[in-house]
Amino acid sequence: MKRFVHVLLLFGIWLLLTWSLHWQDLLAGVIIALIADLILGDIYPVNAIKVLNPVRFFWFVVYGVTFLGYVVKANFDVAYRVLNINMPIRPGIVKVRTTLKTDMARTFLANSITLTPGTLSVDFVGDHLYIHWINITSDDAVKETEIIVQRFEHMLERVFE
Amino acid sequence: MNEIIGLTLLIIGISFDVIGCIGLVRLPDIYNRLQAATKCVTLGTCMILLSVVFYTGLNSIGMKALLCIWFVLITSPTGAHAIARAAHRSGIRLWEGSVMDKYADDREGAEDIT
Repeated sequence: MKRFVHVLLLFGIWLLLTWSLHWQDLLAGVIIALIADLILGDIYPVNAIKVLNPVRFFWFVVYGVTFLGYVVKANFDVAYRVLNINMPIRPGIVKVRTTLKTDMARTFLANSITLTPGTLSVDFVGDHLYIHWINITSDDAVKETEIIVQRFEHMLERVFE
Repeated sequence: MNEIIGLTLLIIGISFDVIGCIGLVRLPDIYNRLQAATKCVTLGTCMILLSVVFYTGLNSIGMKALLCIWFVLITSPTGAHAIARAAHRSGIRLWEGSVMDKYADDREGAEDIT
């Protein structure tokens, strides 16, 4: 069952990529989807199918919109810091704790943090995330966690956990 | 109409890419540079690809551009993470003006990294 879903998903991407319904393209797509699943099926996340649940899907859309808003904000933030003569940066690596448990949610959290204003995730060790922060505003570890992680944590918890 | 939207997106995207490149030159160390490179270049590239969608419409080319936006959004932060981690592990220090480095403090066997 799991394998079948993978092949279907890969075949869907193939259809979008070729944008053609000629039988040769379809045959090549099926063969390539099978080969790709055979090679990479093991590293594919087990519970990705859970996102198709409507409640989770709704939160995924909410997450996506919030995320895009933060990406735009991050760009103006970087533009401001780069184009300013004085370069107002105060960088450092901070350590924050996350409550997310599944790999998928953690991947999304780390990637979201990288694309949001002033932060770049460097490493994940256990429950702790090391984040390079371009403009550290507080020296308090609890407050840092609140500022950085909790923008997305509650949404990702509803989507993936 | 679609051409006007496409052109506007193209101009905004290229401006963000240029800002990212200026950041790459101006900022002091690899971690700060990665910040500029990932954020600006991701959004800039996505907007250029989106302008392609507006120019061509939803045919085979536009669909490829949309898929590329998704792939860029996933791979760009992952790549930045890999580069930052590798740089830190091979002992590249933070800029002198940096405030703290909890990662170096916590890593075992981390020699003389301040």
